[in-house]
Amino acid sequence: MERAMRFATEPPHTVLRPSSGWVSLNLRELWHSRELLFFLAWRDIKVRYQQTALGAAWAVVQPLVSMLVLTLFFGRLAKVPSNGIPYPLFAYSALLPWQLFAYALTESSNSVVVNERLITKVYFPRLVIPLASALAGLVDFTIAFPLVIGMMIWYRITLTWAVLTLPVFVIFTAATALAAGLWLGALNVQYRDVRHTLTFIVQFWLLASPVAYPSSLVPARWRPFYGLNPMAGVIEGFRWALLRKTPFPGPMIAVSGFVTALLLIGGLFYFRRMERTFADVV
Amino acid sequence: MSNLAIRCDGIAKQYRLGEREKYKALRDVLTHAMAVPFRRMRSVLSGAAPIGRRQESWIWALQDVSFQVQRGEIVGIIGQNGAGKSTLLKVLSRITQPTRGQAEIWGRVGSLLEIGTGFHPELTGRDNIYLNGAILGMKKEEITRKFDAIVAFSEIESFIDTPVKRYSSGMYVRLAFAVAAHMESEILIVDEVLAVGDTQFQKKCLGKMGEVARQGRTVLLVSHNMAAIHALCSRAILLQHGRAVKDGNPVETTRCYLDGLENQTDSSVIDLRSDSVARTGKGRILAELRLKNAGGAPTTAYLCGDDMVLEFDIDPPFTVSDPILFVGIDDNIGRRIFTVSSQYSRSEFPAFDRPLTAVCVIPDLCLLPGRYSLSVCVGNPYDWSMDLVVNAASFDVHASDYFGSGRMPPQELGAVLVKSQWQVLSGVVRR
Repeated sequence: MERAMRFATEPPHTVLRPSSGWVSLNLRELWHSRELLFFLAWRDIKVRYQQTALGAAWAVVQPLVSMLVLTLFFGRLAKVPSNGIPYPLFAYSALLPWQLFAYALTESSNSVVVNERLITKVYFPRLVIPLASALAGLVDFTIAFPLVIGMMIWYRITLTWAVLTLPVFVIFTAATALAAGLWLGALNVQYRDVRHTLTFIVQFWLLASPVAYPSSLVPARWRPFYGLNPMAGVIEGFRWALLRKTPFPGPMIAVSGFVTALLLIGGLFYFRRMERTFADVV
Repeated sequence: MSNLAIRCDGIAKQYRLGEREKYKALRDVLTHAMAVPFRRMRSVLSGAAPIGRRQESWIWALQDVSFQVQRGEIVGIIGQNGAGKSTLLKVLSRITQPTRGQAEIWGRVGSLLEIGTGFHPELTGRDNIYLNGAILGMKKEEITRKFDAIVAFSEIESFIDTPVKRYSSGMYVRLAFAVAAHMESEILIVDEVLAVGDTQFQKKCLGKMGEVARQGRTVLLVSHNMAAIHALCSRAILLQHGRAVKDGNPVETTRCYLDGLENQTDSSVIDLRSDSVARTGKGRILAELRLKNAGGAPTTAYLCGDDMVLEFDIDPPFTVSDPILFVGIDDNIGRRIFTVSSQYSRSEFPAFDRPLTAVCVIPDLCLLPGRYSLSVCVGNPYDWSMDLVVNAASFDVHASDYFGSGRMPPQELGAVLVKSQWQVLSGVVRR
């Protein structure tokens, strides 16, 4: 019955020919591969925690330890201001999106090279690969998130309606990581230097983002320019959505959002442009 | 609706030599960019040709390949290593783009260029079925529906929740093939997967492929196993140096392939006069040995069941009365498979007293596929080895459908192929 149905429908017609220059994103095909996307993300997560003693607890341990170190050195010793927020909470609320960003960026940048076997042996929309890597980062984020709620209860800070915008900032974080990851992932196939510079990029980016310090240290009129680092807008927005201790950093978020959108759209097209050589070069 | 499944029009694919191994480092690009103006200046000054894309660093893996495949056809693709078979499959399964030309495909394509693509050693058999299935383009619902059939086919029921890294290689391959065998695409592109696993498993693969064929699906199959090509395919395409040189009946095409294999490392004409030939005996009687096929063409590649023709040029330095010729065939581990002799077949030669040529025909070569060496000897009843050359020549035997069943006994069951007739008689056994 089912077979009869399948043969009754016109089979898909594909034309294979050399393409050059920019090509369309073919989002329809990507949508058809959504199950593969989830399977690949699920594989990454499952494999990562398969043989670890702490398992998923790692997702909490990393930001927690970073938070303790930042609190000790920046909060207690250097007395970095934190806009009236208890410093541990101030740091942890930024480390959450930061960890998501750093993980998703690293994984998606390496994803094409790591999945070389898949790329040279079977066809599927290549965009699935970096997307799955970024998606896997969201799981760590979800595991590490409840701790921030616990800390807010400890410090008696109540959630406001602004928390409803939090999902937007989570997507914003992942999108920023993916945007950079698409560029670096495609470049990594051609130039393996990318892999080595990646740790440096992440470190540099961390120092340039308001994780350990508030963006209010930047003079007010320069703040929108600070938003050119999209993670500045993301982190301040994230803090605002959770804690709402400072006024909404509108201009900075607008600039960051614009930069991310530009990077992301450019990255998608660049990736699509480069993917036809992946199987030959990787 | 057209009845075509695949149409290739002048497909060509160019690769840069060494590109797959050597990716660029950004540093090299930067230094290159710095160096180019100086080099260009130097080449202008010295009057040399400008630096461009040097032609020799590019190769054409495929050149102008055109063919059509009707729906339901099973087409074998044969050719030597590096002839472009895998590249062709990669282009047709969209892994890489053609450099020139175009291909059209009507139907869902399932490609199986490797067994177990995407298998992760840390994951269990169950997880890997889903993962691999999704990678091969199956829907989750489809995998769930076929899950039991896949597990049953793979024969690893009790290990399904064990990580794949603990599997034996046989179990791994069985599971991987089981997933692939349950793909439902209209067009199946398969590369050499019949070559893996033990003989038992290969049989099962072959059976599954036959089943796929009967379902009316289109199959493109690369294999070095000529027996499989003969048994499964209705047509075969021979690729040589990236070009499709023959397209037609599988038996004729494989024949053409074997003729082309000749003169790779083996020579079909062996000069036995030279001093470098290691020989024992009284003197140099054998001058030249030529290996030919039934049609008289020189070759060192035979199919099981072929007629082998050997020509001996004899140039005796002295008269050999009552001469006898021997030919011994050894397999690749030096085990003597058989010896033929003019004496056993009662061919009596006149005395060798002048240059002449003797011909020996070994009909219906009953050797298993493999590599063999050939020793030749001239003697007479008084001195068995007047001129003996051990391992004078080597040749290959390739699988063919010797028994008309698509099957061959495995190596461990013997060294020769012997035909047999079987029947069942009723009422013979007394109770």
